[in-house]
Amino acid sequence: MVIDPKKCVACGNCVAVCPMGAIYIDPVKNRATVNQDECVECYACFRGMSTEHLNPGVVRTIRKLGKWFRWRFDPEPDVCPTAAITEQELVWPRIVRRAFSDPVVPHESTGVHGRGTEEVKTNDVTNRVGPDDAGFTVEFGRPTIGVRFRQIQEMTRALAAMGVEFEKRNPVTSLMADTATGKIREDILNEKILSAIVEFKTSLPNVPAILQKVKEVAARLDTVVAVGAAARCDAEGENGLEEILAREGFSFIRGKTNLGLGRASAEQSPQQVAHASAG
Amino acid sequence: MTNTLHRYGNEKNLHDDFIVFAIPCRGHNDQDSVPKLKRFLLIASKHNPVNLGDGSHGGIYRPSKALNPTAHWSRDSTPDFETVIEGVTNPTTVAAVFDNKEAVDMFVAELQKEDLGLSINISALVDRAEECCQDAGIARHSVEYSLGFMGRTERLADRHVLELSTMCGHGMISFTFARKMIDWVKEGRRTPEQACNYFSRFCSCGIFNPTRAKQILEEARGRNS
Repeated sequence: MVIDPKKCVACGNCVAVCPMGAIYIDPVKNRATVNQDECVECYACFRGMSTEHLNPGVVRTIRKLGKWFRWRFDPEPDVCPTAAITEQELVWPRIVRRAFSDPVVPHESTGVHGRGTEEVKTNDVTNRVGPDDAGFTVEFGRPTIGVRFRQIQEMTRALAAMGVEFEKRNPVTSLMADTATGKIREDILNEKILSAIVEFKTSLPNVPAILQKVKEVAARLDTVVAVGAAARCDAEGENGLEEILAREGFSFIRGKTNLGLGRASAEQSPQQVAHASAG
Repeated sequence: MTNTLHRYGNEKNLHDDFIVFAIPCRGHNDQDSVPKLKRFLLIASKHNPVNLGDGSHGGIYRPSKALNPTAHWSRDSTPDFETVIEGVTNPTTVAAVFDNKEAVDMFVAELQKEDLGLSINISALVDRAEECCQDAGIARHSVEYSLGFMGRTERLADRHVLELSTMCGHGMISFTFARKMIDWVKEGRRTPEQACNYFSRFCSCGIFNPTRAKQILEEARGRNS
């Protein structure tokens, strides 16, 4: 993202909305400026802010006058008055920043928006996580801290060494040079993104060891790691994962519950099956 | 919608926070999913959701790209449900946010009857979602638990900022902006409702819960603490 210096009036509204803190008012130029190394191309400023199309010269004069009189200027805080925030053409490898940071761009590898993962949200259709499995999502950089792929690689290498098999339909996996070792493509290692999710499943007895390893590696990283653990429930809606997590000292008050109402297009619904049987 | 999984909060302020979402599964049931996703949103809109959204286009509160300067004095913040429903043009995740369990119960009951065939998930307190399932006579199929944050947690913001910011798990609500709005509410420069409208416009999936945000802002201001 760039800010057009001809249009910018240095109102500072975009400074606060940047999740990465990458925008600042350059004291020499007196214009908002984007630190390109820190910008993750999330588009929060470009898309999230409303825009006016005011004349920059007029706005600057009014602002100068207000500043001289020390008037308190109280504009809407989510507006760029001169539409100065401008997209730039992204090329490889910078383009991965947007793919992993802008939630409205679907990931090419999975076709899913956001962080590009389906996890157990579609488990009623795919049955990817079975009754004896635990599905894991290890997310880096959330909330609004950001992460570079180099740090993610530290975790993927450690997990691969434990024999973890990474989910194939996952954007991070698609950028691995070697899924057996957890090595990520060399050319993107320094790219900073808002967050990314590493996804894999393991057997329930392996859960304590995995959690221990994730905790251990997370402590060495200069970012925050958010962990999700998922399980398939039995006919009564219960699962064996809760007990393991409690035993390991984790509290888990919040979660996502799949109601089991999904099915593949070709399959018949329970109502259709009942109707067919009755017929 | 992992973006809804790690909402920061406690059992009290997450008690009435429910996101119900529908997601097509690529290669299995996404081909004919657009009318079903629209149907999901239409049904949801009848049960008074506090937000509604589509993962590609946004929620009921959206930024304007041609704002009139008079907006600084009288800004239109009318929720626009129709644009969200009409705007679904491709297979994506759609969501409805509720601030009470009764509405979720009625919505889920209607979804069961409708039998869309899409995966339906409730993102909420695990126990509350389970209650919803029990009330609907559904056995949970799968559950994903948030185990919270690890690593450099000292880089995170304070409680109120985190509670507001993590309501957009994609990170579109920055810590700095959340802090700024808390300060503006404290200074009386904006009402909690106005601050919630600003936040909602940044959430590009429409999963931000303005009712909960208002409670957090009021608590941060000190009235309800």
